[in-house]
Amino acid sequence: MTNSRVLVLAGGLSPERDVSIRSGRRVAEALRDNGVEVEVRDVDDSLLTSLRTDPPSCVVPLLHGAAGEDGALRDVLDALGVAYVGSSADGCRAAFDKPSSSARLRDKGITVPRSVALPHAAFRELGAAAVLEAFTRSLGLPLVVKPSKGGSALGVSVVRDASELPTAMVGAFAYGDTVMLEEYIDGTEIAVCVIDDGIEVSALPAVEICPDGPFYDYQSRYTAGSTEFFVPARLDDTILAEAQRIAITAHTELGLRDLSRADLIVDVSGRVVLLEMCVAPGMTETSLFPQAVSAAGRDLGAVVSSLVDVARTRAHA
Amino acid sequence: MTGSTSDPTAVTQGDRLDHWVSSYATRARSMTASEIRSLFAVASRPEVVSLAGGMPFVQALQADAFADMVASLIRDRGAVALQYGSGQGDVRLREQIASEIMAPVGIAAHPDDVVVTTGSQMALDLVVRVFCDPGDVVLVEAPSYVGALGVFRAYECDVVHVAMDDEGLNPVALEEAIARVIASGRRPKLIYTIPSFHNPAGVTQGPKRRSDVLSVAQKHGILLLEDDPYGLLGFDGPYVDGSAPRAIRADDADGVVYLGSFSKTIASGLRVGWAVAPHGVREKLVLAAESAVLCPSNFSQLTVSQYLATQPWTEQIKIFRELYRERRDALIDSLATLMPEGMHWTVPQGGFYSWVTLPEGLDSRAMLPRAVAALVAYVPGTGFFVDGSGTEYMRLSYCYPEPERIREGVRRLAGVIEGELDLLNTFGRTPNAISTKGSNDLVQTPPTNLA
Repeated sequence: MTNSRVLVLAGGLSPERDVSIRSGRRVAEALRDNGVEVEVRDVDDSLLTSLRTDPPSCVVPLLHGAAGEDGALRDVLDALGVAYVGSSADGCRAAFDKPSSSARLRDKGITVPRSVALPHAAFRELGAAAVLEAFTRSLGLPLVVKPSKGGSALGVSVVRDASELPTAMVGAFAYGDTVMLEEYIDGTEIAVCVIDDGIEVSALPAVEICPDGPFYDYQSRYTAGSTEFFVPARLDDTILAEAQRIAITAHTELGLRDLSRADLIVDVSGRVVLLEMCVAPGMTETSLFPQAVSAAGRDLGAVVSSLVDVARTRAHA
Repeated sequence: MTGSTSDPTAVTQGDRLDHWVSSYATRARSMTASEIRSLFAVASRPEVVSLAGGMPFVQALQADAFADMVASLIRDRGAVALQYGSGQGDVRLREQIASEIMAPVGIAAHPDDVVVTTGSQMALDLVVRVFCDPGDVVLVEAPSYVGALGVFRAYECDVVHVAMDDEGLNPVALEEAIARVIASGRRPKLIYTIPSFHNPAGVTQGPKRRSDVLSVAQKHGILLLEDDPYGLLGFDGPYVDGSAPRAIRADDADGVVYLGSFSKTIASGLRVGWAVAPHGVREKLVLAAESAVLCPSNFSQLTVSQYLATQPWTEQIKIFRELYRERRDALIDSLATLMPEGMHWTVPQGGFYSWVTLPEGLDSRAMLPRAVAALVAYVPGTGFFVDGSGTEYMRLSYCYPEPERIREGVRRLAGVIEGELDLLNTFGRTPNAISTKGSNDLVQTPPTNLA
């Protein structure tokens, strides 16, 4: 028998476990402040039994990394008939694999950085030095090296000299089997969060990100004070509108639902480039999504609560 | 779609999400979130074999007897146990430390020379607080205990690493390091050493080595800070019969501050340790302790005191020693069987840790995410150096997992290392270098369970 309890899933085994736990606590508190009964729990081998024997009215998955964003968990929730907030398994898969989501969005006319993605085997077979030289020539320096999956900038390096490439590659492969080499775009980094309440897909005000360090890495993301945020971003309205249009288009084209975050860069010419889409935006004290919600004059708990209602309705449709 | 009405000229200051960011002390600037620390959050999951943590296996204690003892303590002496106590520590416990606990390491001290602290970590903190101004030089082993490096860093000391060999701190290297510091116009304030069953190196100074190290300290008039949390936990070599290495403090009461702990011999959760110091130093440590915490927990101190008085604590230590010997064997045997060529490791005669040297070119810090994904954890060597060196090392602890889990952990780790070697073969080996990416994040704020 289903009750009104909402189950926030946080933790997991990904390198972003700590971030996920903090996101979970924050969202749980925000929901409780809105009168919602909430339980927070980790994902382990007792979860499915618990979902069967004591099903919540809705799950809010706040898991980052593979378990939370590759669609597998959501497939399981669908199989169990449990309502959940967020994109479907297919949507997650479309967004989580950065090379394929990038290609798909490019086909839809969205500007994305030029990039290549290769597994370790390709470098081994073709010779790493020759492959890296070829891509360094085509993409230019500096370039961004990152795992093809995963968030929080884990394993990401900005390579400014070719001699740094081997170390950057090893660092990125530590987080996954396939690595992307991506054109580096100099400009203003912004994030546009999207809320999709089933009636309207809307973009929240863009958050401009100004890290003290060379790029928005793990330390800059989760150390309060080390990044300065401007909401709304200090950009022309036409550019902001374009960023929001791109975020909504990407959300829609990838088949995402409920909520997502678009990470973008606006280069010096005003061109808006989409870096990636995130289906499980962080909700920590220093995360972008809560800032955008607040800047829109809304309450995080109320927003998530409304998405819980959307998910419940969807499950019962 | 939500529109924006921002005026590019209107907003000049953003939000840093921390109102006090401009108020922090300079020393707080490096207290940051870290990618490497985040991985240890995963290591706490039961699926992961953690060869990282330094947690004693407290499950080996007699829980029922312990519970009864604590119940009777509260019943009989609750009004004392639950009250404030002396800043120097409970006098009965100090007597027990002086007369019983330190006897095996050869220390004969008066109870008045003992200062009880909240774990020996606090004693370490107090000593550095009392002796070191910002910029003062502290000489430490290479590698050294991550928690000590954190304290030295917190007090803004200039930490100078001194080479070790198979017998621990090398006195010749120590002499040379002192000469270099003096030549630069400075005087080292402290020599910090862990002579017995070193954390993380797993080596032990023999009697002559201790004597030589002490001679160097005495010659230059530098206070020796002897950290000895594992001294009673020898189980092999000269210590196979249960004898403990003789403390350096046993041979110089005035030149050595000795740090002891019940964390490994009873239970780390009690947080009871102590310092034995010359009287002048002791007075300052007590005043510093009162300023920091008023007094150490009376409840914990009386629990320890009652345990020592009523429980077979020497028998319990024998149980711990045997348990850790068995686990050390499981680790060393598995390493010998499973690890690829080009690696070596120390074989500790006691304590909790083995120090492992990786094949050339491997970076233990860069490899950690791959290890955690394979459900095994270790502490990268960089955590035990202040300067980001140590990439080629890792610390493996065997104190907590059962032997079978240790073997499974080493099996997983061997696979990770093979994979990393494969990557290096593809992308080329670079000489072991200083890690430039957040190299000091573990030193700055070591997760508790890594101590």
